[in-house]
Amino acid sequence: MHEMSLNEGVLQVLQDHAKSQGFERVKTVWLEIGELSGVEIEAMRFGFDVVMKGSLADGAKLEIIRVPGQAWCMPCEKSVQVTQLFEACPDCGSYQLQVTGGDQMQIKELEVE
Amino acid sequence: MCTVCGCGEGETQIEGHEHSHEHGHHHHHGDADHDYGKGAAHAHAPGLSQSRMVQIEEGILSKNNEYAAANRRWFSEHGVLALNLVSSPGSGKTTLLTRSINDLKSELRLSVIEGDQQTANDAERIRETGVKALQINTGKGCHLDGHMVGHALETLKPEDDSILFIENVGNLVCPAAFDLGEAHKVAILSVTEGEDKPIKYPDMFHAADLMLLNKIDLLPYLQFDVEKCIEYARRVNPKIKVMQVSATSGEGMDNWYQWLRATKQLSMIGV
Ligand SMILES: Nc1nc2c(ncn2[C@@H]2O[C@H](COP(=O)(O)OP(=O)(O)OP(=O)(O)O)[C@@H](O)[C@H]2O)c(=O)[nH]1
Ligand SMILES: [Mg+2]
Ligand SMILES: [Zn+2]
Repeated sequence: MHEMSLNEGVLQVLQDHAKSQGFERVKTVWLEIGELSGVEIEAMRFGFDVVMKGSLADGAKLEIIRVPGQAWCMPCEKSVQVTQLFEACPDCGSYQLQVTGGDQMQIKELEVE
Repeated sequence: MCTVCGCGEGETQIEGHEHSHEHGHHHHHGDADHDYGKGAAHAHAPGLSQSRMVQIEEGILSKNNEYAAANRRWFSEHGVLALNLVSSPGSGKTTLLTRSINDLKSELRLSVIEGDQQTANDAERIRETGVKALQINTGKGCHLDGHMVGHALETLKPEDDSILFIENVGNLVCPAAFDLGEAHKVAILSVTEGEDKPIKYPDMFHAADLMLLNKIDLLPYLQFDVEKCIEYARRVNPKIKVMQVSATSGEGMDNWYQWLRATKQLSMIGV
């Protein structure tokens, strides 16, 4: 639902860097989106084309790098993989989990000219 | 979208706020010289250009987070405890606020920012209590962001040593991602919504520090498993605190008031 605003956030960062790093067009954008970030990838792709239209990234390609969810299981005292915020520890079944990774929404890299 | 000030919601209306987001205006977030509006877009000269890679490593919401950080700084300088109230539409946020204000206004300094897509109804309901309130209409926007709240603060001017309630747009999804600079998100869930909401909309309950389970006066008429609901909320967020309240009957409201007093005290010593 808020993927439109997320794409607007991406555009703002692109515009900032265009100025500071001296580029005029963005050809490809690599985003790192964690599985626990709540971002809908399809909506993100759709919104990307719409938001970038008429900007320095008009027609740019969007590449998404998915990052698996990581949590620290308190009973097991170790890191485990989860795909949802409400999931139990795959080993011990506890919900005493602390998310440690996979909740990011980052711009990683750009191909520019 | 206005690319000058970074306001994603071109339709946003803030009561009493004349600031219109036109390109080229002087903007007061210290970025007045970042005039992206002037056609960087099609300055592409074919033949001359060469692709290169640029490493960025920057959060998508970094712009919002900068605005939120500025708000947070302002809150801490002025001793303002800011709370971001999030829920689905109609869970009882405004009812809970008007009752809390009437019960607490003699002992605490209070003010309210109201976020809705349309109408100033909720701000008017708050102003009837005698406490100052400012309405933000987000138009089609489904959440408040740090930038809108920053502008609202300029007009509302919450008093030093006070509590600011920010009632977010009724929406269990989007407001979770947008930091406003608040000390805590408070999620309000009413028992008429069903006990599985914390696992259906996990991001919001994950982001909240306190869940107020509202409308408990209706429990006798519903099949709502309170224990199950709390268990679901703890699955998503093992540290979430839960209080059961009724904003209309007043049941359980004293616990919430105690939490407000204690949290206000803690905020004064920077905890
Ligand atoms: N029975 C009962 N009804 C309540 C309670 N709290 C709120 N309501 C009713 O719920 C309806 C919605 O309340 P509001 O306070 O407008 O809810 P809101 O969350 O501010 O709504 P939006 O701002 O539109 O998202 C109103 O008819 C209230 O009277 C409660 O504790 N018990
Ligand atoms: Mg309301
Ligand atoms: Zn475990």
